[in-house]
Amino acid sequence: MSGLAELVGQRSVIVCCGSGGVGKTTTAAAIALRAAEEGRRACVVTIDPAKRLADALGLEALTNAPKLVEGQWPGELWALMLDTKGTFDDLVSRYAADPGQAENILTNRVYRNLSSALSGTQEYMASEKLYELHEEERFDLVVVDTPPTRNALDFIDAPRRLLRFLDNRVFRFVMTPTRTYLRAVSVATRTILRTISKVVGAEVVEDAVTFFQAFEGMEEGFRARAQRVMELLRSKDCAFVLVASPRTDTVAEALFFADKLADAGIEVQGLVVNRLHPRFPEQGPSTGPAEPRGEGGLAVLERNLADFRAVAEREESNLAVLAERVSPAPVARIPFLAGDVHDLDGLAQIADHLFG
Amino acid sequence: MDIAAWCRQARILIVAGKGGVGKTTVSASLAVMAARVGLNVLVVQLEGEGSVASALGHPGPIGYEEVVLRSEGDEGLVRARAITPDEALLEYLADHGLRAVSKRLLSSGTIDVISTAIPGIRDILVLGKVKQLERTDGADLILIDAPATGHALTFLGSAAGLVDVAKVGPIRVQASEVGDLLRDPARCQVLVVTLPEETPVNEAVETAGRLEGSVGMTLAGVVVNGRYQELEGLGANPEEAAAAVGGRLDPAHARVLREAAQFRLQRQRLQAEQADRLARSLAVPMLEVPYLFTTEIGPGEIDHLATALSEAVAGLPEPEPEAQLEPEAAAAER
Repeated sequence: MSGLAELVGQRSVIVCCGSGGVGKTTTAAAIALRAAEEGRRACVVTIDPAKRLADALGLEALTNAPKLVEGQWPGELWALMLDTKGTFDDLVSRYAADPGQAENILTNRVYRNLSSALSGTQEYMASEKLYELHEEERFDLVVVDTPPTRNALDFIDAPRRLLRFLDNRVFRFVMTPTRTYLRAVSVATRTILRTISKVVGAEVVEDAVTFFQAFEGMEEGFRARAQRVMELLRSKDCAFVLVASPRTDTVAEALFFADKLADAGIEVQGLVVNRLHPRFPEQGPSTGPAEPRGEGGLAVLERNLADFRAVAEREESNLAVLAERVSPAPVARIPFLAGDVHDLDGLAQIADHLFG
Repeated sequence: MDIAAWCRQARILIVAGKGGVGKTTVSASLAVMAARVGLNVLVVQLEGEGSVASALGHPGPIGYEEVVLRSEGDEGLVRARAITPDEALLEYLADHGLRAVSKRLLSSGTIDVISTAIPGIRDILVLGKVKQLERTDGADLILIDAPATGHALTFLGSAAGLVDVAKVGPIRVQASEVGDLLRDPARCQVLVVTLPEETPVNEAVETAGRLEGSVGMTLAGVVVNGRYQELEGLGANPEEAAAAVGGRLDPAHARVLREAAQFRLQRQRLQAEQADRLARSLAVPMLEVPYLFTTEIGPGEIDHLATALSEAVAGLPEPEPEAQLEPEAAAAER
């Protein structure tokens, strides 16, 4: 059994990470499909699928609940297109003391902007959704396609960044005037806020203060949950699969990803390289002119072959560096396919290459 | 079309495109093309990574301080600098009497709170800095290597969003001035970079539509990167072609020659279909940049691509002189 097949058979969470445009979404969907074919109950969480692939998976719009994909396989295949805001709303409702507190937060302008404006929110909600699905135990395997960030750590760091936001001291001081020992700080802080008001408008500062007031008491629940999400991502249940293309620039980004994951104590468990040009084997000597000359004819055919061999050679040397870095992770190679994947047959074809 | 005239259509040219389409390579090639026809070009990078600079052989990342990357002839110059949201913000705060507290606002995370309360504020400050460069920098052309992935739309749409949120105050003024800049085709246009493949073409059409529609920008064109150059005679039979020059091929070698030719023909056909689809979907000039088989992208390859881009621009039709339109309009009125 190949390395990737082992991950699909044994892990309960697979995170597909990598830079934009390398085929993460398709890879994630193909992995989930294979799991279903192996009899597992699999769910793929996608971030931004191309329209026709979304259609093939029955995803017409953002949803917060997985949808069952119909097909002939012993297991189950479910798909979900992440609704960042909806996921966040659910989280707020879960940790609010009562419906009133949830309502206060959900209608606040700062909160409404949180999902679109705070960097990392989408990443956080992807990991939150992953955790939620994992906990539900309706699925044996959750495969998640990460947002196309430059930095792999955004995905892991996001919960911490949001907590830092919710912990903001300047605003906390303002809303807790009863803590008299903080009064001195609070006066200085008020001065800062007054100055900010002049630049951005008092209304904005007011909204922010209201937001933090509404959130009072909920941070603990958030913090504890974020901690559990982090633990899941670092546990043996979870495997990170790095997706790349063999182009020099994307390999450089993939190396950067691998380093960042290693810094966070996470090993890459699999490498998927998409869009490889074909390999044309070297042949025995031909009898004929050693150097085909002239325009057209044989010279064109030889030049074309030489072009592709040069590409293949460059791809191999790029790939060797990457494979070495993530060693002993298994490497799956997927060739340049004739067209984009927009149906389950196309996904099955990708899966055949992945698990070949 | 005259290359210098094409480069001078607007002072500011924003290069946008999803990740992985070669936006940085195209930006570097555009800069070299413009410098060759004597323009003074300033490349502005928005992500702090020295990518355009490194494509042009500059070691290491570039920062807020300007660096000269290339000079061409007597006049032509490519300079580069980076603008990051944090630097633009600190500068803005200092300009508004908040220098003393600006570091603390940044380190305490208060800036995060403010920029969440007002989404787009960081983008507007970066664009505000670009607007300032338009006024203070002597460049003939300011090329902006826009943020990758899906952020370009958010980034460029920030002005409109902010005018709605901030009713009064300096931020509103800034946002409305940036909006004026983006919507004025004499000052600023956008170039969308894509690949001749299905998903990138779909995304380019969508991005172009939204930039023109909701942001109100003018498209200078679309660049199709990575197009295989047509090779004549790929359909030839290898054995016959060898016989024609007095040789005989090992059958296995003949087979790989045929397979390689078929692969290229197939890709050329797919690329042509996608390029045609793009041309039908967008009524703007389309510039093609060839796929490079042989080497890594470095300064030499950028030169090669700049030449290809120059040929593509030179092949565009001359714009209709406006003087010709006016008498017709006048006649219509009469």
